[in-house]
Amino acid sequence: MNPVITLATARRLLTQLRHDPRTVVMLVLLPTALLVLLRYVFDSERLFAHLAPALLAVFPFLIMFMISSIITLRERTTGTLERLMTMPIAKLDLLLGYALAFGLLAVLQVAVTLGVSLAWLGVDIAGPVWTLVLVAVLDALLGMALGLFVSAFARTEFQAMQFMPVFAMPQILLCGLLQPRGQMATVLGWASDVMPLSYAVDALNHVTSSSTVDTDLVRDIAIVAGCVLLALLLGAANLRRRTP
Amino acid sequence: MTNSPAVDVAGLRVRRGGREVLHGLSFAVPRGSITGLVGPSGCGKTTLLRVLVGVQAVAGGAVTVLDRPAGSAALRRRIGYSPQSPAVYPDMTVAECLRYFAAARRAPRADVRRVLDEVRLTPEAGALVGRLSGGQLSRVSLAAALLGAPELLVLDEPTVGLDPVLRDELWTLFHRLAGRGVTLLVSSHVMDEAARCQRLLLMRGGRLLADDTPAALRAATAADDLDQAFLRLVRAEEARETAAGTNPRTTEVAS
Repeated sequence: MNPVITLATARRLLTQLRHDPRTVVMLVLLPTALLVLLRYVFDSERLFAHLAPALLAVFPFLIMFMISSIITLRERTTGTLERLMTMPIAKLDLLLGYALAFGLLAVLQVAVTLGVSLAWLGVDIAGPVWTLVLVAVLDALLGMALGLFVSAFARTEFQAMQFMPVFAMPQILLCGLLQPRGQMATVLGWASDVMPLSYAVDALNHVTSSSTVDTDLVRDIAIVAGCVLLALLLGAANLRRRTP
Repeated sequence: MTNSPAVDVAGLRVRRGGREVLHGLSFAVPRGSITGLVGPSGCGKTTLLRVLVGVQAVAGGAVTVLDRPAGSAALRRRIGYSPQSPAVYPDMTVAECLRYFAAARRAPRADVRRVLDEVRLTPEAGALVGRLSGGQLSRVSLAAALLGAPELLVLDEPTVGLDPVLRDELWTLFHRLAGRGVTLLVSSHVMDEAARCQRLLLMRGGRLLADDTPAALRAATAADDLDQAFLRLVRAEEARETAAGTNPRTTEVAS
């Protein structure tokens, strides 16, 4: 581990994105645009305000999953990963560099989405704003870490894209966004219980409806953070210096 | 210590995709030399180079690089590797890309300017890597391998797509580096480049056909040029295989 290399890796990813302004604009503005669209689809501030917090967790998760799995796959297929693996860079330097860059990007994305939701779309939150930002950024990191992990199983970008419905969609369906988790069939409830996104949505619902930071909220946040760490470690285990 | 070979390989076997692709290679590369690795495409050159830089899983044999087992963490600062695909980031400028590799190699930032000059890419420092020509790309890749002044340079087809003038300049650079004590292992399938090496490893079908100086190879085969020498070695090997009933094609079907 070397903080200089970790920072250099984060800077490298941000530099790559800087040369691709179209991607940055989409990253930052797309979730907001979709939320605005949804607000007018519902045509009811109350109905929308009920759903919006969960979406604040889902969008960063989904988008970071896609971007990180494609970027990692590209590092594999173009040989840059192999080149790095011949150098004195630790695998954790690489992964933490990714986490840092995507974390920063997530802060930007969440800030814009949250700002518009609160100021314009009539979303009201009872709890402190920072908890909402924290949970949303953790979701982005969760998506990033899972994307990194599963990209090792994809040989082509087509496969990597297909992993999104496989790994992300079930979580979105079962996280309590479409149906409260308590009202699902028992088996689906169990499935929902082992999916990290469920805890993120629980946490966000808590922040919007209650002004207290209680043990439930802390537990939910700790579970999401633990899953981020676990996915990063699995990702590190999946990065091999020697390949067959 | 410094008299030991830079690379010492004994009985190296590698399996890829359930098939053995290197069948017990043994050779040594002396320090401060330029050794050419030549042979038809698909003969295992890249696999062998990947073993030396520690990114290829090995099935058997002993591989020692700069007195340590290949793949040791301590070797990563002492070896420069330029893979066959350019393996650079197309969405960065040349300088940005090399600055990142310099950090990953723990080389000083000032090294970027030096290597850009060495591969004659200083005018393109601010250009996007993705907009470069094929020859410029391979020079960015080579520049990345030169960062941090490695003791051993492992270069996989470094001169593909270069015009004769640039190729000549790079070979002059290789000889200058070797003069400073750097060991170079350069793969190529162009025989006129092989002639500029001090030693040659001729590979075919995952085996070594010859390990000698270019002059000795020409003399042993009574050939005018290395193309001829290589052809004669291959024909002689094929004749031996057929006589012994170990022609690779027939034995592979049988097993």
